[in-house]
Amino acid sequence: MHMMYFTEQPMSAYDAKAGLAYGATALTFSNSHFDPNEGSRLYNEYLEDYLLAEEYGADGIMLNEHHNAPFCMQAKTNIFASILAATTRRVKIVILGNPLPLCDNPIRMAEELAMIDMISKGRLVPGFVRGGGQEQLASGVNPAFNRERFIEAHDLVQKIWSEPGPFRWEGTHYQHRVVNPWAVPMQKPYPRVWVPGVLSKETITWTAQQRYPYIALNTSIDHTKEIWKQYSDTAADCGYTAGPENFGYLIRVHVQDTEEKALKNAREFMWMQGEFTGLAHPVWANPSGYFSPSGRRGFVQFATGRSANPRGNPSFEEQIASTMIVAGTPDQVIEKLKYIVQNTRPGIMGIWANDGNVSREDRQRCIKLLCGEVMPAIKEYGKSLGLNDPWEANAPVHLRYSTDLKTRAAAE
Amino acid sequence: MSIVWTDTVNEIAGCKIHVSRAGTGPTVLVLHHDIGTPDRLPFYDALAAQFDVIVPHHPGWGKSERPQWLRHPRDIAAMTAWLLTELGARDVSIVGLGFGGWIAAEMASQSPSTFRSLVLVAPMGIKPPEGDIADQAIVSYIDYPRSGFHDQAAFEAVFGGISVDQLEQWDICREMSFRTAWKPYMYSQTLPHLLGGVRSPTLVIWGDDDRIVPISAGHVYTRSLWNATMTTIAACGHFAEMEKPAEVARRVTHFVNAS
Repeated sequence: MHMMYFTEQPMSAYDAKAGLAYGATALTFSNSHFDPNEGSRLYNEYLEDYLLAEEYGADGIMLNEHHNAPFCMQAKTNIFASILAATTRRVKIVILGNPLPLCDNPIRMAEELAMIDMISKGRLVPGFVRGGGQEQLASGVNPAFNRERFIEAHDLVQKIWSEPGPFRWEGTHYQHRVVNPWAVPMQKPYPRVWVPGVLSKETITWTAQQRYPYIALNTSIDHTKEIWKQYSDTAADCGYTAGPENFGYLIRVHVQDTEEKALKNAREFMWMQGEFTGLAHPVWANPSGYFSPSGRRGFVQFATGRSANPRGNPSFEEQIASTMIVAGTPDQVIEKLKYIVQNTRPGIMGIWANDGNVSREDRQRCIKLLCGEVMPAIKEYGKSLGLNDPWEANAPVHLRYSTDLKTRAAAE
Repeated sequence: MSIVWTDTVNEIAGCKIHVSRAGTGPTVLVLHHDIGTPDRLPFYDALAAQFDVIVPHHPGWGKSERPQWLRHPRDIAAMTAWLLTELGARDVSIVGLGFGGWIAAEMASQSPSTFRSLVLVAPMGIKPPEGDIADQAIVSYIDYPRSGFHDQAAFEAVFGGISVDQLEQWDICREMSFRTAWKPYMYSQTLPHLLGGVRSPTLVIWGDDDRIVPISAGHVYTRSLWNATMTTIAACGHFAEMEKPAEVARRVTHFVNAS
């Protein structure tokens, strides 16, 4: 089992009252509330945290990016991946992920990732995402073509990484005269690509068709099982059997020496009033054309206040009870994570460990206990259940590299 | 006198386009807003009492099929010109409403001496020299149309008791607006340079409380067109034909008859 440390890199030094007064903490919430001196402090502290996670035994550092919001300071995930490529020695650098549709030049994306792979000496996992709705609006990218751009940009990056240049690309959303970047990845045939997600069935199907691992982002256990079923059914259609190496699971966990302290800090997971991507108008999260047409009728009712949030808005206590958030001493956390692992059977596990206003001292204590005590115990437990990660399973990087297909591959 | 409307489906560029038609007399093509259109409006009836009125749903809007390849209002203009050819319409006047006004201007710029007259009601399509065209992407489906009415009672009269079907339609309309006019948002950088050849006499109408398209864009339209005059309607928002149907119909009727 591959176990990663993750944080949203919260911009905890902003004026929370100003956000509540404005009624939103995303997209249009003014960046006049961002203090770059505090930003400098926090960026450097988060770097220290990552190095500590490596020192204490994490297999990977999971990175992401968001824009125009305090819940995540990381505006360009390749920047932190680059720094970690040079400052860490062992951990995998797992980007979950680069929002491909935001990129107008996928060649540059392929080059940047290739450089990170080489500088890290082959430790990069370059995951890709569609990017949230707000990211499209923050970046001026047409949400109506989000999925088309995601798939076409992926196909171009994949071709760059797997075929020699020069070649020409005349696509629907991307046209390039001479595709021939000299920086190419060190890992062959190309670095393992993972795809995280929450809701979109189309993305689950596409990911399974590629045979890329799908990382469920803090979904409920029941919902996670539904995702695995959909993935497995698609895998069967493609001619392979999905296993733990195809599945990842991200869960919010906070560990301290006492339960009381762990619970106090874990409450910070609710610092955005329980919203993962800040307080926002629903149409920012799902601009027209971004979402699956099958969800349109339900969404317009939610967006106009006529129905409840389909994700619900469970309280902290409810989320602790349902294991959506896990907090406690190492022994308590290990027991709950074993239950989660037993029920979700992932080969990849992301631990989202520190959010909101957790002090530097407490963050670092959490990382030491998490990476030093919890992760080894869960890895051992995962081993007993046969939960292999993609490296342990020697899984093909993409469906096209499969040698075990039972039928002709659908994605070829 | 009640107006009898006939709905037809016409295949244009491989897509089924919905058209409503009523009345007799000179032909008036009405091009609807970015938010689509109710099937029937008092404004349409008022025009149909005087003219042969054609109201298509833009491709991808309302009851018309979506061409996946559609990328720009100029494409809609070409499809609409094709539609007029299919319908055998001659000596047509165009009434373009907001986003439909942009399409009308594109049609005229591509065919400068074809149309009998143009009436552009708060058309999008030109970058306003002062202010910006309101961005519907960051407000709710209801707040956007609301902001296009000076008098909220008028909004309620047209859309009151908004159904889920209407909300769904507004989301589809918004998606089509993004597919065709995302960047630059709701204007063309080339259109102002192409309007000078248009020989059709043009009336530019603007509500004096239009919070969606700044009136400064209207001045550019009026200056750029060869033979245009501008008039404003008091206490009126962007959706002028819905807020002041009799007033807009009266001005359109007078102008088309005089052209």
